[in-house]
Amino acid sequence: MLDAARLRADFPLLAQRENGHPLVYLDNAATTQKPQAVLDAIAEYYRTTNANVHRGAYGLAIRATEAYEAARAQLAGFVNAWAPEGVVFTRGTTEAINLVAGAYGRAHVRAGDTVVVTAMDHHSNLVPWQLLCQEKGATLRMVEISEDGRIDLSDYGRALERRPKIVAFPYVSNALGTVNPAAQLARLAHAVGAIVVVDGAQSTPHLRVDVQGLDCDFYALSGHKMLGPMGSGALVAKPELLDAMPPYHGGGEMISRVWDDHSTYNTIPHKFEAGTPNVEGAVGLAAAIAYLERIGPERIAEHEQALAAAAIERLTQIEGVTVYGPRDHRAGVVSFTYGDIHPHDIATILDQDGICIRAGHHCAQPLMRRLNVPATARASFYLYNGLDEVDALAGALVKAGALFGYVPA
Amino acid sequence: MDTSPPDPQLSALYQELILDHYRRPRNKGTLDDVTHSVSLNNPLCGDEIDLQLRVDGDVIREARFIGRGCSISQAAASMMTQLLKDRSIPQALALADRMSAMMHGDQAAARDKTLGELRALAGVSKFPVRIKCALLPWNALTDALKG
Repeated sequence: MLDAARLRADFPLLAQRENGHPLVYLDNAATTQKPQAVLDAIAEYYRTTNANVHRGAYGLAIRATEAYEAARAQLAGFVNAWAPEGVVFTRGTTEAINLVAGAYGRAHVRAGDTVVVTAMDHHSNLVPWQLLCQEKGATLRMVEISEDGRIDLSDYGRALERRPKIVAFPYVSNALGTVNPAAQLARLAHAVGAIVVVDGAQSTPHLRVDVQGLDCDFYALSGHKMLGPMGSGALVAKPELLDAMPPYHGGGEMISRVWDDHSTYNTIPHKFEAGTPNVEGAVGLAAAIAYLERIGPERIAEHEQALAAAAIERLTQIEGVTVYGPRDHRAGVVSFTYGDIHPHDIATILDQDGICIRAGHHCAQPLMRRLNVPATARASFYLYNGLDEVDALAGALVKAGALFGYVPA
Repeated sequence: MDTSPPDPQLSALYQELILDHYRRPRNKGTLDDVTHSVSLNNPLCGDEIDLQLRVDGDVIREARFIGRGCSISQAAASMMTQLLKDRSIPQALALADRMSAMMHGDQAAARDKTLGELRALAGVSKFPVRIKCALLPWNALTDALKG
């Protein structure tokens, strides 16, 4: 395992105390804390390099452009993108998926076509496809999940028999932690001629991602879930698909020539980056990637699996606790309920001990319906979490049990 | 492992009366002869309430609810329906105001006997994010009566 206590020292926010206790931050599937290196990179950018990109004829603007494009190249390398020009910076995963639905989807999906999603998709990989299908008169087909929270492969096969235009799924489930067999799912979808969209919000921060190895077509990610700033993220795509797509947002930067009544468009990726981009976000994300690479995504994945395994073991020893999701092929996300104690009550009680967890539907209401619960409590780990924090979680849960009469006070 | 006793604010929040109403809600169900009804949910946390009233003239004869959510929202709904029986509409709206005042830390409201068992929820005012849970049924009531 990683030396979490030492890593924690790199994250200024984690030194805080909360309600008189050391802060135990276990809501990393929602967002992650930022190391000093990321904070420094952003401050340094504004102190020394800030200018608008891609247009200045002076040295400062050229250096700002270089910093922005270097961040793009770094992200391309981190996920093994097809090419740097196949990396479009976005505000995050949600915008990236909306871009695919709005530009690729609107150009290619017609009435009667099918788009396939799964019952474990986050609303951000569901609602954009609902909107597209409603607009086009297309059918949205949701693939069922198995009892232990995996994509039901036989139902996936049945969905593919409809020869969908687009198949979208999460690499890692944000609510259950399931790591889906993304390469296999992509291969099966390609065999029926579909384009594959992978929601990489929960995979990119936590395991080694190789989009070419997955052979998907579009891959969406968020910077803030991988130590980077909020409002940073990207769509990683096969360049030839991006190139053939109509623009998404109109404005400056995305154009080549503009006449009174029409325009021609810039080359990719700029065609999809209308307006002044979030350069600070890209620079901060690059620093986050450098930090993650120094530790190694493989070691991070191993560390989180050990934490999740320890948490599952500790939590299932508490009578009345139910843990959801598979026991293997899972990331560091542990969703659970405790008797009839509502997850919001659990979160309030844990907060008094300085422990931050998420309670709710995790932006996955179709999944919650299938689990037959209105909500779950969710602890999600990252590289700076340690076994001591799993102990704190289990201890605070026992207190919740005492308050609700499950264990003697 | 931390084995210190629960925080006193937490013990005040989750006192027995509240858990009793959560686990054995009063007036849970639906009414015949409904005159006022409203469904309200909190999209952020998913708490839901369907509130039904039978109002005769300007007097609430009966109130029932169906709901899903945390102990605070469900206990508040249960206690509220008990309190509403045979109250006039102006009295009910005045109670909604007193409840809201108590949730926002008004000490006089927290001692106001007209709030009955709802005073057990005074501790919620120490947990700002949970105030909306306690007020959900009362917002439903206000919507139903004014809507």
